[in-house]
Amino acid sequence: MNVPGPMTALRARVREALGKAPVRRNFRAAMDGIRAKRADALPDATDFAQRRARTAAIRARALARLPELLERLEQRLEANGIRVHWAEDAAQANAIVLDLLRQAGARSVIKGKSMVSEEIGLNDVLGEAGIAVVESDLGEYIVQLAGEPPSHIVAPAIHKNRHEVATLFQAHHPQREATEDIEGLTAEARQVLRARFAQADAGISGVNFLVAETGTLVLVENEGNGRLSTSAPPLHIAITGIEKVIERLDELPPLLDLLTRSATGQPITTYVNFISGPRRADELDGPREVHLVLLDNGRARIHADPLFADTLRCIRCGACINHCPVYVQVGGHAYGSVYPGPIGALLEPQRLGLEAGGSLTSACTLCGACGDVCPVAIPLPGLINQLRAEGVEPRTDSPLPDAGRLRHRGEALLWRLWAAIYAHPRRYRWLARLLTALRRLAPRRLGAWTRWREAPRPAARDLHRLAREAGFSDE
Amino acid sequence: MNEARNHILKRLRTVQREAPDTNALPAIAGADAETLITRFRTALEAVRGEVHRLRDGDWMGWLARELPARGVSNLLAGTGKIGHTLQTHPIPGVTLHRYDRPVEDWKDALFEHIDAGITGCRGAIAATGSLILWPGPEEPRLLSLVPPLHIVLLDAANLHADLATAIRAQGWTQGLPTNALLITGPSKTADIEQTLTWGIHGPRELVVLVLG
Ligand code: SF4
Repeated sequence: MNVPGPMTALRARVREALGKAPVRRNFRAAMDGIRAKRADALPDATDFAQRRARTAAIRARALARLPELLERLEQRLEANGIRVHWAEDAAQANAIVLDLLRQAGARSVIKGKSMVSEEIGLNDVLGEAGIAVVESDLGEYIVQLAGEPPSHIVAPAIHKNRHEVATLFQAHHPQREATEDIEGLTAEARQVLRARFAQADAGISGVNFLVAETGTLVLVENEGNGRLSTSAPPLHIAITGIEKVIERLDELPPLLDLLTRSATGQPITTYVNFISGPRRADELDGPREVHLVLLDNGRARIHADPLFADTLRCIRCGACINHCPVYVQVGGHAYGSVYPGPIGALLEPQRLGLEAGGSLTSACTLCGACGDVCPVAIPLPGLINQLRAEGVEPRTDSPLPDAGRLRHRGEALLWRLWAAIYAHPRRYRWLARLLTALRRLAPRRLGAWTRWREAPRPAARDLHRLAREAGFSDE
Repeated sequence: MNEARNHILKRLRTVQREAPDTNALPAIAGADAETLITRFRTALEAVRGEVHRLRDGDWMGWLARELPARGVSNLLAGTGKIGHTLQTHPIPGVTLHRYDRPVEDWKDALFEHIDAGITGCRGAIAATGSLILWPGPEEPRLLSLVPPLHIVLLDAANLHADLATAIRAQGWTQGLPTNALLITGPSKTADIEQTLTWGIHGPRELVVLVLG
């Protein structure tokens, strides 16, 4: 039996994560708090069901007409003066951004939060090219200082407590007075980052929704760093996935409403920013150039897969992550992927292939909590289970990369044997009798099974016999 | 990169899928107009916005009283009506600055020396306590963002029940400005221990003067 490498690596990361008691406490506390907030913001289950039927339909409709909407979006954006670029993969996207920055002679970049930029590894590429990149979302700034990836798609530094942040800030801003107080730390970040906003040559941001009808980029945030990144520097580059488009502006309110309630329990975020063009000649501020990079990176392939296309409905609220019992225990870094939690377990294997990403589907108990809270009704547990099946028993011509590659012979043989016995009462009875007779010989160690549990021991009398003795007939 | 574009669109066109009809979904109930101001106030105060109801011409008097009391000595206004009124009626102890030149000419001063910015707005949304701003030449984008205190004048007649109603009533699909905004409270973050903290990058305080 050869256990695939990624599985071993996942187990090692999980073991490591489970050993860090303080980090686990941070996650537990944060998740309990955020779940309570969501529950307060969406108190009525029937009302939620109705609302998400609408948002799910809006997203499904947009995906069904994706190529047409993207073309319309491009046309409107270009008419508004926003340049549109298309990237098939991470390398192309990075090259486009780097090119734009070089053409503008930009040496320093201030960034708003963008998971897509994490997906393509943009910061590293820019760093290697000698361009200084500063993350401006407080959580992103903290993990950037720590040299870590985000551990949550909405709250990147959720794994750190105030003491860890204080130590980090002391090391990086030694000229400032040390504080462990959250308000003091926030004020410190404000001071340090203000100067960066004023000096940056370019701003880079993500996008929450693209509106085809009006040619608009919609950005949702609480801090104001998104607004600053997109309006203070002379150049703004937005990057996002091709699935983010919706058709009409009037489809936005229901989506916005469920996005923020699901993510953080807020009826709305502090800022909702609608960007429909660069600074006009008579305006006194705003970027002179706005560019949008549309990234495929496997999304078109997912779009073509009838079984998994619903994955692309995702609006990245993070609710599935917040409600996942596995995530709460192991945290975001244990997944070792850009997107953690249930959405990660669903998206990453499709994006990276089952060989590299398939192990993530095992980080799921199929409890169903994620599917219950998803604001666009993605059937996450069912799809994650389907992905497991695709690893070992794929559909004919499954478009998933490495479909069937996780099958291994010993396991398949064992299941076949079991099926042969279980399907025939006589064989089954015979096996049960054999096992009860030999019960004293049952092994005490069963590999991975007994690492955390006790070995099962056959009972002296099997259930069928007990039932017969109690007067039940086999029929 | 036209090649990338064509490849992506071609891949997306390999499937035909039925698009659900979103128009068939039941309408969302609208709100009753009577309670709009109360709702607006409740929603905005819940996120630490300050709301004051004033008679139409009283905002100048309010500023003259409150700004010095709050330690504001440098006030920034746009080139429109509000800025003009402020210029003709100076407030003792408060220096008025006008946002009348490109930001590049004075970015450092804007970021460092301005205590408060004042703007109008296109209206507001009662359900969420949100202000609708369309920055433009008279009231540039950073006027409502960089100063630590943002004061907004809102005409009570311009309240809408919810975002969908506002988008329809104000004809947003007929043409949006380069930047449109919803602002709901002062800037905030909960990135450290999920603890809510105010005034991270944008204004620390948001004051709305509801007029009329
Ligand atoms: S899958 Fe659903 S719950 Fe999870 S992040 Fe996406 S939209 Fe939110």
